[in-house]
Amino acid sequence: MKVDKIEFGIVSSEMIKNISAAKITKTELYDHEGYPIEGGLMDPRLGVIDPGVRCRTCGGTVGECHGHFGYLELTRPIIHVHYSKIIFALLKIFCRKCSRILVEEKNMEAVKSKRLGFKEIVTLSKKKCPHCNTEVKKLKFIKPYTFVEGADTLNAVQVRERFEKILIEDLKIVGLSTRPEWLILTLLPIPPVTVRPSITLETGERSEDDLTHKLVDIVRINDRLKENIDLGAPDFIIEDLWELLQYHISTYFDNELSGVPPARHRSGRILKTLSQRLKTKEGRFRGNLAGKRVNFSARTVISPDPMIQIDDVGVPETIAKELTIPARVNEKNMEELKKTVLNGSDIWPGANYVIRPDGRRKKISELNKEEISNEIVPGYIVERHLKNDDIVLFNRQPSLHRMSLMGHRVKVMPFKTFRLNLSTTTPYNADFDGDEMNLHVPQTEEARVEIENLTMVPKNIRSPRFSGPIIGAIRDHITGIYVLTKGERKFSRKEFTQLVRSVDKDVELPDKESLTGKEIFSLFLPKDLSMEFKSNSGELVVIERGKLVKGVIDKASVGSETGKLLDKVEKFYGSEFAKKFIYNVTRLAIAVLTTAGFSVSISDQDLTDKARRDIKEIIEKIRKEVDDTNEQFEKGELKVLVGRTPKESLDHTVKTILRNGLNETQKVLEKEIKDNFTLDMVKSGARGSLVNIVQTAAMVGQEMVMGERIEKGYYQRTFPHFKPGTISLEATGFVSRGFKDGITPFEFFFDAINSRESLMDKSLKTRHSGYMERRLVGALQDLKVEYDGTVRDSANRIVQFLPGDDGMDPSKVQRGGINVGEIANRLFKS
Amino acid sequence: MKEIDITKNELVPKHTILNDSEKEELMNRYKIALRQLPRIKMNDSVVESLGGKIGDVVKIVRKSPVVGESVYYRVVIRG
Repeated sequence: MKVDKIEFGIVSSEMIKNISAAKITKTELYDHEGYPIEGGLMDPRLGVIDPGVRCRTCGGTVGECHGHFGYLELTRPIIHVHYSKIIFALLKIFCRKCSRILVEEKNMEAVKSKRLGFKEIVTLSKKKCPHCNTEVKKLKFIKPYTFVEGADTLNAVQVRERFEKILIEDLKIVGLSTRPEWLILTLLPIPPVTVRPSITLETGERSEDDLTHKLVDIVRINDRLKENIDLGAPDFIIEDLWELLQYHISTYFDNELSGVPPARHRSGRILKTLSQRLKTKEGRFRGNLAGKRVNFSARTVISPDPMIQIDDVGVPETIAKELTIPARVNEKNMEELKKTVLNGSDIWPGANYVIRPDGRRKKISELNKEEISNEIVPGYIVERHLKNDDIVLFNRQPSLHRMSLMGHRVKVMPFKTFRLNLSTTTPYNADFDGDEMNLHVPQTEEARVEIENLTMVPKNIRSPRFSGPIIGAIRDHITGIYVLTKGERKFSRKEFTQLVRSVDKDVELPDKESLTGKEIFSLFLPKDLSMEFKSNSGELVVIERGKLVKGVIDKASVGSETGKLLDKVEKFYGSEFAKKFIYNVTRLAIAVLTTAGFSVSISDQDLTDKARRDIKEIIEKIRKEVDDTNEQFEKGELKVLVGRTPKESLDHTVKTILRNGLNETQKVLEKEIKDNFTLDMVKSGARGSLVNIVQTAAMVGQEMVMGERIEKGYYQRTFPHFKPGTISLEATGFVSRGFKDGITPFEFFFDAINSRESLMDKSLKTRHSGYMERRLVGALQDLKVEYDGTVRDSANRIVQFLPGDDGMDPSKVQRGGINVGEIANRLFKS
Repeated sequence: MKEIDITKNELVPKHTILNDSEKEELMNRYKIALRQLPRIKMNDSVVESLGGKIGDVVKIVRKSPVVGESVYYRVVIRG
C-alpha cells in the first residue's frame, strides 16, 4: 500500500472512546491483595508490564503488547493548556452570540484567496457582528488558561458551546479542518501502563511512575467534583474544584508552565510529565529518536604510545574482555574457538556467550565452560573477546571531519587507557591532558570489510580538505629528524647501527665505518625517489635517487598537514608504504633525541652585549619617534591620512612605528642569537616561533585589544596613575621589556588585558563555529552521490550534476587536478 | 533609459533553452522527472530575456576557476 497523504488533526471525544480498552472510574490502583483494580489506573486491560502475564485486551506478553489506551470521563470540560492560544484566537474571530465569523462579506474574498493568518483576520474583523449585529466585547487572555470577556471570565463550558455552533464553511475560511470544540477536553485519554510502568523495589514495595501519580490526582479531583455537584454543593466550592482539576490536567500535560506552580512529588521533587518527556536534549526526540546509545562500544582516557603503529589502538585488557565479536564456527577455526570458550569470560582471550544453531544464547560461566566447549560444532557462533589485529572504529568528539572516525587495529595492552600513536593525534585533534575517545566494534563481516577498505588510518593520510597529508611527524619527531639531518654530523658504525636497528631490523646497512645523519635518514627513503623542495626555513632540499643530498628534513618535508616529502611518498608508493614511512621517520627521530639528548634552557635566550645595545637603541628610537608624533598631534601638525580622523591617523602612524621597531628587533635577534636547542625547534617548525623568542628575550611589544592600542579603563587614561589625556607609549599598553627581564606592574596589567581578550575570543569562536557547523550539517545531511554521479537529496532531486563541479575526490588528487603528463611520462619510462 | 542586454555581461553565464528533443535526452540521461531538476524562477532576468516559459529547461554553462566550464540544468518555475 502506498501512503499518499498524512493529515494531522485533533482527536475527538468519540475517537478517544473508540480507541480505549477501559473506562477509568476508580481512584485506587491495587486491591488489598496487590492486584490491579479493574477500572483503576493500572487496569489490566491497559496492557502488561509484568513478565509472564498476558494482556487482557490483546493476549500478548510483555514484548508483544504495546499497551492500550483508556479514558476518563471529565465531570466538567477542561481547556487543554497547549491549545489555549488557538482557542483565544478563535474566540476573537467568531461572534459570541451567533458564532459566525466576524468578517464582512466584502472582505471575505481577501481572506479566502490569501490564506490569511489569525492575526490578519482579527484586524479585518468588525466591531459589530456582520450577521447578528451583536457588539463584540473586549477579550483578554490570561496565561496559561483563563479567558476574560468584558468583565466576566469565560469558562470551558461556555467556550465549548460557542465552538460547537461554528459553521464548517466558516472554519474552512480560517483554514481549520478539525472541529474547534475538540480543543476543549471532555474525555481524558489515559495512556497505557507500558508508557508509565511501575517499578517493584527490592523491598517488595511498588513505586509508580510520575505520570501515574499525576493521573491519580486527576481522577481523585474529578471524583470529588462529581460528588459535590451531585450533592448540590455551593457554587464557589464547585468552581474551586473545577479550577483545581484544570490545574492538575494542565500540569499533567506540561509541568513547566510559566505562572503555574509545578506539581511536586511527595518528596518535593518536581514531577516529569508529558511535555518534559519530549522536550530538550535528553527528551524523547533529541535523546532517543535522533540519537541513541550503542552497544559494543567503549570509552576511556587516551594516552600516547610511540612504539605502536599509526593505525594501531591500544585497548586495555579489561575492555577487550567486555567487547566481543561474533565468530561463526567452521572446521578451520573450531579448535581455536573451543580454546577461547575454555578460557571463559575472565581470562583473555576468552568468550562471553555462545549462540547455538537454533538461536539460543548461552552465557559462558566457570561452571559450564567445559561442557559448552565440548558441544561446539560448525554452525555455532562464539562471541569471543577482542583480539590483536581485530578491526575497530575509533572516534574523538567533536567529529568535525571524516578523519574523526577511523579504522584501527587492536593491540590488547595492560592498564586502563586507550593507547594512540602520536602521529594520529592530528586528525582527531587529540592531546593527552585527559581527552577521552570512543571505540566501536563492528559485528559483521561486511562492516569489517567496509572499515578496512574505506576508513583505515592509512587511507586517511591524505585529507580531502587540502589534498595533502594530514598525518605526519609532530613536535619532537620534527625536532629529532631536524637534529639528525642538520649539517654533516658523523655517526660511528656502532651509533648508526643502534639508531637504525631500533627502528627497523630489516633495513640493509651500508658497509661503512661512519655515516652522516643525512645518509642515515636516506636509508628509509624509497630507492628511486628524486625531488626538490624548500625547507621550513626556505633553504633548498634535494633528494636524488633515494639519497638526501642537500638540505634538512623538517616540518616542510615530513610534518603533518605540510609534509611535501610525505605527500610525494603517499602519492607514488601508496598509503601502506606511507604508513610505514611515517612510522620509521618518527621512530628514528625519537631514537635520535633519546641517544643524542635534547634540552632547552632559559639561557638559550641570553643576549650578547651587542644585541642588548642594539635593542636598547631601537627602543629609544621608537620612543623618540612616537614622542615626536605625539607632540605633532597635540600641536595639530600631524599629517592627517586620507579617510581617517586625526586620532586615527595618529594611531596608525604610531602602530607602524612600533611594528617596524619590532621587526628590527627580530632581525637583531636572528643575527645575534647563537645556534641552540630552542632555535632548532623554531627553525625546524616543531614548536614556537621567532615572535616567542623576541617576546621573552627582547620585548613584548604593543599590547592590543580589539586591534587597537589600549585606551580605556579610567577617565581619559588607562590607570589612575597617569594624567588624564596621556597618550605616551607607557600609558597605552607598550611593553618595552621581555618576559625574561621582567615587566613592570603596568605592563603586566596590559598583558593580562590582552591575554583575557584572546582567551574569550577563542572560547566564543569555537562555540559559534560549532553551532554553524551543526546547522550546515542539518541542511546537507541527506545529500548523497548517486551511482550516475549526480548529487541528490532525499526526494531524489538533483542538487549538483557533478559533485564539486569536477567530480573528483580531493583526497585522491593533486591540488589543482591531475597531472596527466607526468603520469604518462612515468608509465612510459618503466 | 538605454536598454541593456544583460546576457552580454561577462558576469552572466551562458543560458540557453533546450528544445524538446534535448530536454527528453536530458530526462532520459538522468532518469528523472522535471520536478527533480534544480529550479530557476520565470522572473529571473536572464530567463525573462530568453522568453522562458514554465516547464522549459535552461542549460547554464558557467566558467569556473576549478574546472573551466561547468554545465547546469534548471527548470523554469512560476515566480
